[in-house]
Amino acid sequence: MLPSSSSPPTASTSRGVGVVLWLDQAGMLLVLAILFTGCALGVDNFLSWVNLRGLALSVSMTGMVACTMLFCLAAGDFDLSIGSVVACAGVIAAVVMNRTQSITLGVLSALLLGAVVGFTNGFIVAKLKINALITTLATMQIVRGCALIICGGTAVGIQLEPFFALGNSSILGLPTPVWITIACFVIFSLVLNRTVFGRDTLAVGGNAEAAHLAGIPVARVKMAIFTLQGIMAALAGIVLASKYTSGQPNALTAFELDVISACVLGGVSLTGGVGSMAFVIAGVLIMGIVQNAMNLLNVDSFYQYVARGGILLIAVLFDRWKRRHPAN
Amino acid sequence: MSSVPPALRFAHLAMEFPGVKALDDVSFSVEAGSIHALMGENGAGKSTLLKILSGAYQPSAGQVAIAGQVRPPASTATVLQAGVAVIYQELHLVPEMSVAENIYLGNLPHRRGWINRHALAQAARRQLARIGESIEPDVKVRQLPLAQRQMVEIAKALSRGARILAFDEPTSSLSDREVQRLFTIIRDLRADGCAILYVSHRMEEVFALCDRLTILRDGHHVTTCALATITRDDVVQKMVGRTLENVFQYTPRALKGPGLSVHGIAGPGLTAPCTWAAQAGEIFGCFGLVGAGRSELLRLIFGATRKTAGSISVGGRPVTVHSPRDAIAAGIVLCPEDRKKEGIIPGRSVLENINLSARRRTARGGVLINENWERTNAEARISQLRVRTPSAQQLIRHLSGGNQQKVILGRWLSENVKVILLDEPTRGIDIGAKSEVYAIMQTLARAGVCVIMVSSEIPEVLGVADRIAVMRSGQIAAVLERAEANAEILLRLALPVENSPPP
Repeated sequence: MLPSSSSPPTASTSRGVGVVLWLDQAGMLLVLAILFTGCALGVDNFLSWVNLRGLALSVSMTGMVACTMLFCLAAGDFDLSIGSVVACAGVIAAVVMNRTQSITLGVLSALLLGAVVGFTNGFIVAKLKINALITTLATMQIVRGCALIICGGTAVGIQLEPFFALGNSSILGLPTPVWITIACFVIFSLVLNRTVFGRDTLAVGGNAEAAHLAGIPVARVKMAIFTLQGIMAALAGIVLASKYTSGQPNALTAFELDVISACVLGGVSLTGGVGSMAFVIAGVLIMGIVQNAMNLLNVDSFYQYVARGGILLIAVLFDRWKRRHPAN
Repeated sequence: MSSVPPALRFAHLAMEFPGVKALDDVSFSVEAGSIHALMGENGAGKSTLLKILSGAYQPSAGQVAIAGQVRPPASTATVLQAGVAVIYQELHLVPEMSVAENIYLGNLPHRRGWINRHALAQAARRQLARIGESIEPDVKVRQLPLAQRQMVEIAKALSRGARILAFDEPTSSLSDREVQRLFTIIRDLRADGCAILYVSHRMEEVFALCDRLTILRDGHHVTTCALATITRDDVVQKMVGRTLENVFQYTPRALKGPGLSVHGIAGPGLTAPCTWAAQAGEIFGCFGLVGAGRSELLRLIFGATRKTAGSISVGGRPVTVHSPRDAIAAGIVLCPEDRKKEGIIPGRSVLENINLSARRRTARGGVLINENWERTNAEARISQLRVRTPSAQQLIRHLSGGNQQKVILGRWLSENVKVILLDEPTRGIDIGAKSEVYAIMQTLARAGVCVIMVSSEIPEVLGVADRIAVMRSGQIAAVLERAEANAEILLRLALPVENSPPP
């Protein structure tokens, strides 16, 4: 019997397969190591504590949301609405805190917003079977609009000073948002590998019909993923509002693309079924380091767009090449 | 032997894939002016051999010699130049291009890059005339019926000067008349001195058309002989390696009370409500032609499709099934027909695929995976069902069809199964695995499981089932006892009644 219908190795491609197998295992972690070493040697001030601290802080937002984006991608979907949810959650947290003078209520209402948007996305995608691209493209605009409507288009300054500690304090020398991101990496990695929900996610992305026939509640899994995704975006929004001391309705446009780029760059498959937290961490850090190095080298921000787009394209081409030459 | 070298010779061919030897030391020759049949079960290595011939695979060892010349490592393009054409089941034509363009694809007559349409049409018409076809060269291939597309493919091969033609199951989607027409063309090619390699599992065709025969089994060469010197029974036995009775291993069993009974079940794909009951310990066959509603019936029972009416009971107690989850909770499980699309999660390991369902019961607090249990369970199923895999961590897509099927069976044996629904459980798996699947079915039945097997292979239903329900046009035509069923009765019941409206 043939091992599979996918292209088996032949003499002409077996060397390629060997390379892929090796790259697949070492993966983007290797690229990350090379990139880091290169920057450490070639870019002045890169290794300074201040810079590394700033680098970690700059990727903390992306990192937090990338955790749940991993679940989304692994289940074969994706979510474009997260940038808007971040902004809207920040605005809501600010408005509610100012009205009620309660940090708790502000935070809870922002998280509730995230959960509601996420659940709506999940319900439309899983139950009404509308394509995730279209669904979240629509909610992205609706939620951004709501953020602007709520605050009348201008940033809302927050009056409760103790709240600013969340985004601006440090613990053991590392900014609090970085600790939150690290905690998310650990928690969601465990959820992916050690819980029924995590394994179901990969099964749904790997073959939704087979998962359904094996008794996995496919629609419920998808709705849970989108809801979690909304909650994590809202959490990022709360942290951001604390950092900026205000709710910014125009914050983080194109954030969703950064997050998806980071995941794909790390090697999470866009077609679902494949992904691990190590991929995501590598992808997030690679994006962050490239950005950071370009800033240190005073690369014009116009050129930074070109560079980031180019990197994403290379990552996607690599993903495709990997699928054409599956390593055994 | 004459001193003229054979048109095509395979010498000690071997092909290894990770963990599998698809071909092992295969040698035989195909003479010019003869039609040489290549037969074997699924997985015997026929397709691999053709892919080596076409240059798509490079053999791990051995050689292909054409007219006595050993062929250097070849690509598909150089193979075409050497006069070899392989005509696959799925034709390699561009549907949106014209017949003429397809025939001369990659070789279009042109002047400084401008295509000479007139010359192209003329040349195409000439090629088609050689095989007695009068298709208009300007018609798009998309508009042609399959049989004519095949003719275009043959014309394309001949236009490249092919002298060695290999056909891979060319009649699988042709009508009788089209088959006769194809045979005439193949015989003409033989008279013309071409060497033809004809891959088929249809005994009648092979005996009607071919001169010589090679049989492969599990990647090994079994025999090459003139067809006049061999009987059909011999061919079957050499392909299978044992006689058919041994494959099914049927032994009567004691029935153990009510198993699955369905009452008035109706829904998409059925034209009339179905009612029947199968006992615990029984193997209940369900036979019917494609489109008779067999798979649909199983999906309705399993809750994969919502039923519009009817009730189900298991072990005498009524159960409510609205989804596969409900069915599994009630002890009803389904091994779907299309393993790749509906059964396996291709990118996950054997272990993951086995524990896909049962982990819901064994997880700590219903949330945290019980890794010890999962590992033990996977190992137990792998050894119980003799799944051939290097480890439980192997990705399931690297396993053969038969082993994938065993993994899916293992998934369900990890649950508390009372009723197992098997939809074409042996489709596309090799004969050894088939007989293992039959043995598993018997073991399950003997343990008191109610086994429902849908099949479109008459010998299989007759060989395995205690009773057989025949379906026709979306309803149950009859339920037969094992003793009263034979191939003729099954077919007569399964064929649509004359003048009845199509389903």
